[in-house]
Amino acid sequence: MSSTVTYRTCPRSGLQFEGQAEKLMIANAFVAVVFLLIGGILAIGVALTRWPAVHWLAADTFYQVLTAHGIDMLIFWIIFFEVAVLYFCSSTLLRCRIATPKIAWLAFALMLIGAVTNNVAVLQGSSSVMMTSYVPMMAAPSFYLGLILFAVGALVACFVFFGTLVIAKRDKTYQGSVPLVTFGAITAAIIAVFTITSGAIILIPTFLMSVGIVKEVDALAYRTIWWAFGHSSQQINVAAHISIWYAVAAIAFGAKPMSERVSRGAFLLYILFLQLASAHHLLADPGVSTAWKVVNTSYFMYFAVLASMIHGLTIPGAIEVAQRKKGLTKGLFEWLRKAPWGNPVFAGMFISLIGFGFLGGISGVMMGTEQLNMIIHNTIYVPGHFHATVVVGTTLSFMALTYFLLPVLFRREMINPGLAKLQPYLFGLSMYFFCLVMMGAGTLGVSRRNWDMAMAGATLPYEWPGAAYLMMGLVGIAGIAAIAGGAIYIYITVGSLLWGKKLDSGAVSPRFTPIPPTAPTAVVQGYGSAGFAAPGTFALAMVFLAAFVLYYFINWKYLSQVWGLS
Amino acid sequence: MSAILPPSERLWWKHPLDKVEGAWIAIAFVWCMVMFFMMVGWHIYGKQNLSPETYRTKPEMFAAKAQAMVDKYTVRTETNDKIPVVHPPEGSDVYLIARLWSWWPIIELEKGKSYRLHLTSMDYNHGFSLQPTNINIQVVPGYEHVVKVTPNQSGQFSVVCNEYCGINHSTMVGRVYVK
Repeated sequence: MSSTVTYRTCPRSGLQFEGQAEKLMIANAFVAVVFLLIGGILAIGVALTRWPAVHWLAADTFYQVLTAHGIDMLIFWIIFFEVAVLYFCSSTLLRCRIATPKIAWLAFALMLIGAVTNNVAVLQGSSSVMMTSYVPMMAAPSFYLGLILFAVGALVACFVFFGTLVIAKRDKTYQGSVPLVTFGAITAAIIAVFTITSGAIILIPTFLMSVGIVKEVDALAYRTIWWAFGHSSQQINVAAHISIWYAVAAIAFGAKPMSERVSRGAFLLYILFLQLASAHHLLADPGVSTAWKVVNTSYFMYFAVLASMIHGLTIPGAIEVAQRKKGLTKGLFEWLRKAPWGNPVFAGMFISLIGFGFLGGISGVMMGTEQLNMIIHNTIYVPGHFHATVVVGTTLSFMALTYFLLPVLFRREMINPGLAKLQPYLFGLSMYFFCLVMMGAGTLGVSRRNWDMAMAGATLPYEWPGAAYLMMGLVGIAGIAAIAGGAIYIYITVGSLLWGKKLDSGAVSPRFTPIPPTAPTAVVQGYGSAGFAAPGTFALAMVFLAAFVLYYFINWKYLSQVWGLS
Repeated sequence: MSAILPPSERLWWKHPLDKVEGAWIAIAFVWCMVMFFMMVGWHIYGKQNLSPETYRTKPEMFAAKAQAMVDKYTVRTETNDKIPVVHPPEGSDVYLIARLWSWWPIIELEKGKSYRLHLTSMDYNHGFSLQPTNINIQVVPGYEHVVKVTPNQSGQFSVVCNEYCGINHSTMVGRVYVK
């Protein structure tokens, strides 16, 4: 397929990059950051309008900006970056060439054309239908067409990733099993195939409806299938950013997984059960049976939640074990106190992990509990939750990984490392606060996707309590702080590409260097116990569990006080 | 062995499990089961469960039923728009229309009594968000959702639309009185 295949070995990391794969990673990651920039500018409009004292934009502009912000951030920024991550986890980590680079470029072109088409449709003003675009509310045909083109491109990229795995296996670039991080990326890609197919199943008839070929798409069928796309696309993120956490632990500490069996088993649970989570968007819907809701929303008995709780322990656990080996053994937490907090790669990853667990994870289970959903559904608690998962979890992880990739993949010295040190704290912690006050306002009932909480012009207006106004004011302030954090990230990454000192590419060779086989251990131990290696992490896990249990029952108490429903 | 390299032990699945991991998996599993059975248990012992009772409907059909109820049980009208306030008897069927951009009619209920509340939308998706008690139910066009409600507080309540439904979405507010 490709004409010339060259490999270079990065002198700073020892990673081997194949020429075509490298260009594809750079292109996808760069376009991702452009969409993050667009989404970030739009976020200013959203934050300053929902801040009641400012209430900046007019209603039509607000809904238009909110639609574009959601799609650019949740879909375009994240999936472009994920494609770069998939190519990195296959071609770079397995040290092989990328499969069918021309088709990979085609995928990139389809995604880019689709993303631009969709953005133009929203910009033209007749497609302010929110990211979810629930029928029978209709957008312009080009809105759906853009999403479909993008989805097809992303699907092709997944198959390029699978093809690359086959090449690595065939060329014997590694021995034994794929690395854990690649395994996580495979999980993400498998989920992506399911997700994108669901998107196609529902968006194609909706597109045909918008051009008048199909008469009607059922509103409830749309919601059911759309969420198999909409929520599952967030599950791709989970699998991807958890892989990145493992990668950062390995890069920053040389940490090895506490147990390959446990970590891979947890990824396997994601493949089996994570998809079911999309059902929790239908908990407040008519026409869906109770048993269906209970089984699906618990991701079948919470096995996917179990998997996340496992990753949440094993990643810091692996770091703790590595740090203790280096002699940081004093007390429960010396390993954590003396971690490289000034390194944005580590700091970003750790702030992401804690926020994803405590804020995103716990609130996600609340919303996904069939009855508790009734006090949360469509309130601003929902964006509070998903900003904790997608922004603190995914976006911040991607930012942390970027700081590692700047010298390694982009071969540039980072400009202003002092500012980069600060960035994960400003962005991550203001996002923590943003999510908390949003959930607070949601608990008071404040609606999401609402231009004016004062309800000016309503015949029978409702006056929200003063606390709700206070919370929404804090949402605005925290949102602006987080946007400033995001702007610093873009300044550092784009600035480094433009003005950063060029770094040595390393030796180029027409042949790959296979991953050297590690010395096999003489005796393979059977199943059994290996000690109590990470007591500090275990203590942190207990704090997490206590917070989880407490908050869970507080919500049930709250539910028990509302009107009787049966 | 590192997470970005292939496992050094070919038989990695035979690697022993650390007690930290083993204990956490056991604890997390128990907690997951508690949460699962809490949902099931609340259906048996709890008082707030969303009914799955649903019928297919059409805007005209539903509007006719709502009009019949309004004709029968209207006690007064409110605001300049003369929105009817209906006071249906205990246990009866109460129809609430969601449409761009209003909830119709105003409903008056009695504390501690149960009613069968029928919800549907005449056009787009809408959201039934009862404030300040904070109960949120999706309202989907084409589907008539029957929810049995039992108010446990008296006072004035508002139905805020919390599913985005177009430019005047933020003005779509209805009212429920509980005596």
